[in-house]
Amino acid sequence: MIQWAGLVVFLLTIFVAVPGFVAASGRSDLYYTLTSVALLSIASAGVWLTFYIGRINIGQGAFALIGAYVSAILVTKVGISFWLSLPLAGVFAAAVAVVIGLPILRLRGVYFAMISLVLTQVVTLTALALPVTNGAKGITSIPLPGGVSILGLTVIPDFATLENPRLAFYYTACVLMVLTFAAMYRLVNSRLGHLCRSMQQNEELASSIGVNISYVRVIVFAISSFLGGIGGAMFGSIAQSVYPSSFQVADSVNFMLNCFLGGLGYVFGPMLGTLVLYFGWDLLFELGRFQLLAYSSMLIILMLFLPNGLLSLRLPGKKESDK
Amino acid sequence: MEQILANGIYLGAQYAMIALGLTLIFALMNVLNFAHGQMYVLGGFVTYTFYGQLGWPFVLALLASCITLAVLGALIERFLFAPVIRRSSREESTMLLAAGLAFLFDAIILLVFGEKQRGVPKIVDGVFNWDFRLIMPYDRILICVLAILSIVSFILFMQYSKTGRALRALAQDRTAAQLMGVNVDRYSMIGFALGAMLAGLVGGLLVTITGVNLGMGGPTSIKAFMMVMIGGAGVISGAIAGGIILGFLEAIGLAVLSQYGDITYLLIFISLMIFLAIRPQGLMGKPWG
Repeated sequence: MIQWAGLVVFLLTIFVAVPGFVAASGRSDLYYTLTSVALLSIASAGVWLTFYIGRINIGQGAFALIGAYVSAILVTKVGISFWLSLPLAGVFAAAVAVVIGLPILRLRGVYFAMISLVLTQVVTLTALALPVTNGAKGITSIPLPGGVSILGLTVIPDFATLENPRLAFYYTACVLMVLTFAAMYRLVNSRLGHLCRSMQQNEELASSIGVNISYVRVIVFAISSFLGGIGGAMFGSIAQSVYPSSFQVADSVNFMLNCFLGGLGYVFGPMLGTLVLYFGWDLLFELGRFQLLAYSSMLIILMLFLPNGLLSLRLPGKKESDK
Repeated sequence: MEQILANGIYLGAQYAMIALGLTLIFALMNVLNFAHGQMYVLGGFVTYTFYGQLGWPFVLALLASCITLAVLGALIERFLFAPVIRRSSREESTMLLAAGLAFLFDAIILLVFGEKQRGVPKIVDGVFNWDFRLIMPYDRILICVLAILSIVSFILFMQYSKTGRALRALAQDRTAAQLMGVNVDRYSMIGFALGAMLAGLVGGLLVTITGVNLGMGGPTSIKAFMMVMIGGAGVISGAIAGGIILGFLEAIGLAVLSQYGDITYLLIFISLMIFLAIRPQGLMGKPWG
């Protein structure tokens, strides 16, 4: 019961209370921040999923960049609708993940962490070298997402005609985020989720009782990269531009930090971690040149006192709702 | 050809030193030190301050770099890594700490030294020129020799001193080392300090040639990760091999592929991934570390 109440409160907050608050306070710049949080938390959810099979993934920036480029190229060069390019971007990222994942998922622990970090660098360098990505100049002036209508009924309005595209992007990102986390919750509590947990504990043991570990880990990595691709594609559409530097090693590290901070044992950890890290960074902007110092000190102190993530501080009544 | 080989040796020696520190810390504590590149930059800035600004002799400035970083490394291990490892339920949590430290060092370097590129006066003038087949400034040769000497003395230290033996025992098996009477806490601290000191030393050496700036930390860490992956994590000979291989690949790539644009690193990355697909533990690593 309490879970459903929590869910309703959460949905009301992001879809009603936040826009109401923003309208009342006139801080429409908050939309951009919150949209970013929603999108980054989608990508972080992907990272979290790879943590769930016991792999430290510092390569999500690579897949976000792939997604952003695929969507941008499809929209500007092929001319298809953004809403069609969004899933295609995810699928392309997932396909790349399968090809790359087959060899590198054999690596574990720190080895996988390092190779995934290198992967981000590879994609950035590839984007610089390929002609279709337009090198360091990037792809700019990507049109805003167009409208979608089914049988004459407008399902999604054309973003360019809206008076407040920021609000539209906010809603889109929130819907995507809710869908992502609903899917994640379902996945973690499904058979695949159990298999993942068994692999997280001991891959050999899981394999010995008949879990097809190489299949599961490639599937999970593909899902993770799909989410990264979606997040990246959406980001490119909001910024209306993609550069090789749009997602860098630092972004990959941040995706990982979001998961760590929220707590690796909790599905909703990445969302909370992203919110805290992104807002923390923004709030510290007032400190000027001491921003980075304060931010990193906070990270270290948090780590010292809550090494198992923010959600390890749990309210007694909430015990079941987080898992 | 001679020029490429000489460049390879020069790059390889300095890379190997960076990788040594990283692999030492990894072998002892199972910590992937994201802040290694930043430690290297910090070492460079300390040498810059003492040698370039205050006019101390170069050797003393280098020593100052080593001592600063060693003390810093010991303090970090004692007050940050050790408690987090003790309290955390997953050992990967130390990666967050290391990433936080990388940001912290960046912030400190930014506040104290600024974001400008800094250089110091050359330590020796002149250029070695062998019939235009091999051209190398004397200071590069000197730094290369110093780097090789440091590597050799590091290996001798690890091989024959009591501390080195304790560190190797610790890297092999923590529990067994403890049962044999090795003071695990103390030697973890010494090991971390030693790893940080190596980063500071190579930073101090290289500031005389490449100078130093704030942005060098991250890319240096990535290169160090690559070397460690090539050679195998936590293995000292592997770190040296990885450093030298990466140095040669870079030197050859820059010479051969320069007409195709900046694709050397792309090719190195791709071949690294293929290599790791065939041999996941690197050249000399233990399977699954």
